[in-house]
Amino acid sequence: MTSDNTLPRSGTLADQGAGGRAAGRRIAVNADNTPWYVYLLLAVFAVGAPFVFPAYTTQIAFLWLMILFALTWDIAGGQMGYNSLGNIFFFGAGMYISAIVQIGLFTDVGAYTSARGGEQLVQDHGDYFYGLVLGTAAAAVGCVVLALLLGRIVFGLRGPYFAIGTLGIALSARELAGTWAWIGGGSGIAMPVYPGQPHEKSVVFYIALFTLAALTFAFLRWLYATRFGLAVNAIRDDEEKAEAMGIHTLRHKQVAWAVAAFFLGMSGAIFGNMTGFVEPLEVAFPTVTFGIFMVVMALLGGKGTLWGPVIGATLFHVVKEVTWTYLLGWQWVALGLLIVVNVVFFQEGIMGWMQRRWPERFGITVDERLSTGGDAGREGTP
Amino acid sequence: MSQTLIAVDKVSKSFGGVIANHEISLSVTEGRITGLIGPNGSGKTTLFNSIVGYHPIDGGSIKFEGKEISELRVPQIARLGLLRTFQQTRIYSKMDCVRNMLISVPHRNASFGDLFKGYSGEQKDKAENLLEFVGLYQKRHLISGDLSFGQQKLLEFAMALMNEPKVLLLDEPTAGINPTLINGLIDRLKRANEEFGITLFVIEHNMRVIMNLAEHIYCLAHGEMLADGNPDEIQNDQRVVDAYLGAH
Repeated sequence: MTSDNTLPRSGTLADQGAGGRAAGRRIAVNADNTPWYVYLLLAVFAVGAPFVFPAYTTQIAFLWLMILFALTWDIAGGQMGYNSLGNIFFFGAGMYISAIVQIGLFTDVGAYTSARGGEQLVQDHGDYFYGLVLGTAAAAVGCVVLALLLGRIVFGLRGPYFAIGTLGIALSARELAGTWAWIGGGSGIAMPVYPGQPHEKSVVFYIALFTLAALTFAFLRWLYATRFGLAVNAIRDDEEKAEAMGIHTLRHKQVAWAVAAFFLGMSGAIFGNMTGFVEPLEVAFPTVTFGIFMVVMALLGGKGTLWGPVIGATLFHVVKEVTWTYLLGWQWVALGLLIVVNVVFFQEGIMGWMQRRWPERFGITVDERLSTGGDAGREGTP
Repeated sequence: MSQTLIAVDKVSKSFGGVIANHEISLSVTEGRITGLIGPNGSGKTTLFNSIVGYHPIDGGSIKFEGKEISELRVPQIARLGLLRTFQQTRIYSKMDCVRNMLISVPHRNASFGDLFKGYSGEQKDKAENLLEFVGLYQKRHLISGDLSFGQQKLLEFAMALMNEPKVLLLDEPTAGINPTLINGLIDRLKRANEEFGITLFVIEHNMRVIMNLAEHIYCLAHGEMLADGNPDEIQNDQRVVDAYLGAH
């Protein structure tokens, strides 16, 4: 990286690699510039919360779940512009896959479910966690396979048809699970009982959900800084153009959905064990609550941004919990009002609004320099 | 350098009862600038769309470097190095110019693992140099959708160059651009052809532009090939003049 380089005149554009200044330099697009103390504060809060506010452990665990929902929805919905209304399918599918694995490891699933809760799996710590880890892993793999298979079909649809198509998947999965006797049908499955104290259980699942949310965030932070991030943004802005430029659009769409399914499947597996009971309507495939929440949270914070879903989920969850506690009876009205304000005044969400308000803080600036010459120190796009 | 790069042979395409192209044959020679003119609705854009695989053709054959491509899909043809720009300029409007450029790197041999690669410094320098080439360097961090129409057109051209195509199909590159900018654009098209060795195939309505630019011109009218030749021959061809003045 010398500073005395000169701009090779056009004509040598094709063989620029030889120029010294560029050698070995790697560029991360969409690099995350969040100051380190933000991450430190978040980590301190996450680790300290169960000790400082033990009564709220479960509520805060739900916050991590909400962040997981918003982050995973945003991969296809925000970054790629494919508004799925059926992502909750992977949540429920992961839950059922882990239930079947966790029970199937120790007893016959059909006999267990036909007992309608008359039989419960009581295990020691070793067996319980062995089943939980294996079940969660199976949920992740199973949901990726499902996403790749279903993606081949639904990614032929665009715009509102994609939204309805994915909603159809979630709704039909819910009906199927409700009639499939082997997995308990409408009466559901009682999950293995946690072998310890209730508070210990809530801390364990708190840790599990926080870890998964943090891993998801870290993974997406890396993923959006690769070519993949730009490619899905290109698909969002103009898919036909992306095809005309030779981008493997289907491949990107499938990977985007598979990544969402991977993390959603695991969160479903963890959530099923946290509630202790899996049934299709309210727990596994809650299309009109969690299924819609994930969309609303991403829109609220700013879709297509790294932090937007996190901020949106936090705000949404806090408003939801506060109104549930202090405005009981009006909670849905309050949430509805929040959505109306969001859609009418902040369509681009909090992060999008900030970017429009202070574009220069997001690197959207005119560079007064006329050429690329002699500025080796200049660094990448923010 | 006189190899035939694109060979279109008796290609027909109709939409319902409307015959847009009827047994069109033409060839685009490597390293040259070939023009395609014709009155509105004469089937120029339909022919472009057929070549890049946007829709299936009814009959005939289209060969690129001797390989039949009429059965391939749009992205597959693009990855062969046959790229087109759009009459209605298409860019990624919510991304800044640099990102528009970076995502336009060639995807010719992209493997699955390449999905998750970053960009090298060389690629970023190339993107910035090409933005400078079209005069957008200062605005490279602006959101491309906020640029003027002419600037978006220049950006689309730079994106196409970033992709290192063998041949570039340009659909009315000067439409909607002011006269001063047009001169600059002609100059840049010629330089892209001469310096980067990109074969150009250009649809153009502006006679001054196409006569300046192209070495060989085809003229379509009513979906059929009316005439072809060098700019002088075309300009003096009575059939071409009649077609444009509406004698047909």
